[in-house]
Amino acid sequence: MAERGFQVARLPGFATTAIIVFVALYLPIFTLVAYSFNASTSLAVWGGFSLDWYAKAWDNSQVKDATIRSLIIASFAAVISTTVATMAALGTTRRRAFKGQTFIYVMINQPLMVPEIVTAVALMIVFGLIKVWLTSIGMGGLTTGLGYLILAHSAFCIPFAYLPIRARLEGMDLTLETAAADLYATPWQTFRRVTLPLLAPGMIAGAMLAFVISLDDVVITEFVKSGGQDTLPTYMLGQMRRQLTPEINAVSTMLLGLTVVLLTAFFLLTRKKT
Amino acid sequence: MSPAEENAIRSSARTGWLLSLPALLILFVAAAGPLIIVVIYSFLTPGQHGNVVWDFSTDGWVGVLWSKDIFTGEWALADAHLTIFWRSLWLSFLTTAFTFLVGFPTAWFIATRPAKERALWLFLITIPFWTNLLIRTYAINEVLRKEGLMNTVLMGLGITDTPIEVLYTQTAIFIGMTYVYLPLMVLPLFAAIDRFDMKLLEAGYDLYASRMQVLRRVILPIVKPGIIAGSILVFVPSLGAYVTPRVLGGGKQMMIGNFIELQFLQGKNWPLGAALSMLLLVVVMAALLVYVRYANKGSSHG
Amino acid sequence: MKRLMTATALLLATTGLASAEGVLQLYNWGNYTSPELLEKFKAETGITVTVTDYDSNDVALAKIEAGGHGFDLVVPSANYVKIFADKGLTVPLDLARLPSHANIAPEWMNVDWDPGRTNSIPWQWGTVGVAVDTAVYSGDINTSAVWLEVPDELKGKINVVPEMTDIVTLATLYYGGEPCSEDLAVLQKVRDGLLAAKPNWIAMDYGATEKMSNKDWAASVNWNGSSMRVRENVPTVAYGYPKEGYTLWMDSVMLLKDAQNVDEAYAFMEFILKPENAALISNFAKYANGISGSEPFMDPAMASAPEVVIPEEFKANGVFMPVCSEKAREYMTAIWTELQK
Repeated sequence: MAERGFQVARLPGFATTAIIVFVALYLPIFTLVAYSFNASTSLAVWGGFSLDWYAKAWDNSQVKDATIRSLIIASFAAVISTTVATMAALGTTRRRAFKGQTFIYVMINQPLMVPEIVTAVALMIVFGLIKVWLTSIGMGGLTTGLGYLILAHSAFCIPFAYLPIRARLEGMDLTLETAAADLYATPWQTFRRVTLPLLAPGMIAGAMLAFVISLDDVVITEFVKSGGQDTLPTYMLGQMRRQLTPEINAVSTMLLGLTVVLLTAFFLLTRKKT
Repeated sequence: MSPAEENAIRSSARTGWLLSLPALLILFVAAAGPLIIVVIYSFLTPGQHGNVVWDFSTDGWVGVLWSKDIFTGEWALADAHLTIFWRSLWLSFLTTAFTFLVGFPTAWFIATRPAKERALWLFLITIPFWTNLLIRTYAINEVLRKEGLMNTVLMGLGITDTPIEVLYTQTAIFIGMTYVYLPLMVLPLFAAIDRFDMKLLEAGYDLYASRMQVLRRVILPIVKPGIIAGSILVFVPSLGAYVTPRVLGGGKQMMIGNFIELQFLQGKNWPLGAALSMLLLVVVMAALLVYVRYANKGSSHG
Repeated sequence: MKRLMTATALLLATTGLASAEGVLQLYNWGNYTSPELLEKFKAETGITVTVTDYDSNDVALAKIEAGGHGFDLVVPSANYVKIFADKGLTVPLDLARLPSHANIAPEWMNVDWDPGRTNSIPWQWGTVGVAVDTAVYSGDINTSAVWLEVPDELKGKINVVPEMTDIVTLATLYYGGEPCSEDLAVLQKVRDGLLAAKPNWIAMDYGATEKMSNKDWAASVNWNGSSMRVRENVPTVAYGYPKEGYTLWMDSVMLLKDAQNVDEAYAFMEFILKPENAALISNFAKYANGISGSEPFMDPAMASAPEVVIPEEFKANGVFMPVCSEKAREYMTAIWTELQK
C-alpha cells in the first residue's frame, strides 16, 4: 500500500491493537463453528467430520421452536426499547436542565444496576401475582402469551439502547437543525429530515446492542417464562446440567450464517444506493 | 429571570418528561417497580423452603456483613461475603479498564476507515455477539482449556513448553468478561468518535502538538461521553455477572451475582439475597449520581 | 409505532393452547425427556406434550410457588416431592385413574418422602458416587476419601458437583454421621473436611460427562448415568460406590394443583407406569426408572452396566435421603454457604 502522505487520524499501535482484537474475537467463534461439524458428542475432542448435528438440530422441534422464539422476542425487544430510548434520549439531552432529569437518568439505567437474578425473582413474583389475579377474574387466556417475556426484555434492553444514542446526541451539531428551523421547517420535518439521519448511527448501535442483549438473556427468561416458552439460552441452561452436545454449536452456526447473509445483503443493498 | 425564559424552561421540562414517559412506563412495570418487592423482602424472615414469611426482621441486612457461626454461636464479620464483594469489584474494574484499553483503538480504527468500509467493520465486531452468551462463554472455555486452542497456539509458537492452566481461575473470568463486554465498550466509543471532526486533529498537528498531546487534549475530551457510556455499560453489568463466573470460574470463584443467586436458590435465604441486591443497587446508584453531577458540570451545553 | 403497539397487544393477548384438548405441559429437567416417548404417547393418545426445562429443584419450586406458570406436571427430586406436597402446590393422585400404579417397584413404593406413592410416580432414579479415571488413580475408588482426602494423583483434577444435599450428606456419612445430622461434633468435622478438601478440587461444576470424556477432569463426584456415558467414551473410567455411604435419589412426576390439563396428565402418568414406556425414559437418559418389569425393554448395555445395576456388595451402603428437619437443613445450608466463598 502506498503511503498517502501524513494521515492525521493514524495513531501509533491503534491499527495493530484493533487487528489483534478482531483475531481474538473470532478465535472462540472459530472453535464453535469447527466443532459443529464434529462426529463425536464432544465439544472439545475432534472425532471426524460430520453433518449429523445439523440434521439432529433441524429435526429437534424443541430447539427449532426455542430458536424462533428467541428471535421473535429479541426483535420486538430491540424495536420497542430503541424507540422509547430514542425518545427518552431526545427528552433528556440538549435541553436546559430540568427538575427530575437526574431521576429519569437513574431510572433508565436502573436495570443495569442490579444483577439479573434480582430482577428475575422480582418479576417472577409480580408477574405471578398478575397472572393469578387475571385467572381469578376469568381472564386466564391472558396469562400465557409471549408478552410478558417481551415486556421484561424490552425493559432491560432500554439502557443498552439509550446510552449509545445519548452519546451520539450529546454535542451533536445544532447548526443544521437551527438552519432547518430558519427555513420554516416544522419541528417534525426538522426531526425527520435532519435530526433522525444524524442520529441514525447511534440508533443502529443501540438497536444492535439491545437485540444482542435480549438474545443473550438467560436468567430473567428462566424465571419469567411459562409453559412452552423456552428460548435458546434457557434450553441450553437445561442441557448444561447434564450434557451439552455439538447440536448447540450447529444451531449457533446456522444462526451465525443467517446473520452474516442478512447483514451482507443489507450492506450490499445500502451501498448500491449511495 | 424573565417570564419568557421561565416559560421556556417549563416547556422544555414538559417535553423532556413527555418524551421519556414511554421508557419510564416500561421500566416501571418490568424493572424498577417489581424491585419494591425486593426492598420489602429484605426486611422479612426467610421461609422454610425459600420464599419469605411475613414477619419483620432485620436479619437479612445484618447478614450482609455479619454472620453467626453455627458451632460457636458467635457473631463475626462475614469474611466470605467480603471476599466475594472484593473479587467482584476488582474483576469488574479490571474488565472495564481492559475493554477500554483495547476497545478505544478498535473503535478508533473502525471510525477512521473510509465511510463505505465502516459498516463492514462494525458488523465484524458485532457478529460474534449474535451467538448467545452461554454458547460463546462455552466456546471461550474450549479455547482456554488445557488442550485448547490457546495452549496449542502458545506451545506451537514456542512461547511456553507446558500448557498454561487458566480455566477455573479469576484470570479466566477476567478474560471471559473482557470478551463478553467488549462490544458494549466499542459501540458507544464508535458512536462518539464517529461524529468527531478529524479537521480538529489537523488543527492540533498544525499547532505542533505531539500525538500524545493531541490524544489527551483534543480527542479524549470530545469522545468523553462515549467513554463514560461504555464504562457504565461494562462496569455495572460486570458487577452482577452470572454466566461468565459460573462457566469459566467452575463454581469456585463466585461473584456477587452468583452469591445472590445462591441465597435465592440453594441457600434459601431470600431476605439476605434481597438485602445484598439492594446494597449493590445503592452503591451503583450513588456512583452514577456522582457521575451525573460531574458530567453536567463538565459539559454545560450538554 | 401504532402498528407496533397493536402487534404487542395481540401478542400479550395471545391465548395459549394450555387448556385446549390434547395438550399437556410438562415442566421437567433439561435433556431428560425422551423424544421417542413423547412421539409414542402422541401416537397412542393424540396428546401433544410440550416440555419446558428447568435446571434446579429450587428454580422449579420458586416458579411454581409464584403462580401463573401454566404447567401441568413437574418432576422434582426426592425430598422436594414432600416440599411440593406440603406446600399444597401439587394434589394427591386419584389412584383409581392409574390402574398401573401397582407397577411401581416395591422398594420405591413406600419411600420416606411419599409413603404409598399417593402424590408422585417414579420418573428415574440413580445414585451419587465418584467417577474416577483408573488410568490416573489406581487406588480404591469405593470411598469418599477420593474427594474428601484427595490422593496426590487426583489433586487439581477432581470435580465436585454443586449439589448441596448430596455433597453435605456424602461428607456427613464419611465422617460417621447420619443423613440430616444435627450432631454438631460431626457437622464440625464435615465443615472442616469440606473446607480443607476444596483447594484440591479443580471445580464445583456440572458437565462431568463432557469434561471427563475429554479428560479435562480425571475424577468427579457424579451421577451414575453420567458416569456410564463417560465410560462409553473413556473405558478406563470406573464408578465408585463410597463404602461410608452414598446417596440414592429419585425424580418423580407430580400433578400440579393449578394444572389445566388434568385428564391428559393422568393419561401421561398411566402411560409412563407401563414398563415398556418407562424403559424408553431410561434408554434416553441412562438412569433406572423404578417400574417393575421394565428391564427386558431396556438397552442391554444398561441392564448390565455396573453404574446402573448396583453391585450386590455395595447395595447395603446406599442411603435414601430422608426429609431433614428444619434445624438439620439450616446446618446444611450454613455449611454449604461457607463452602461457596
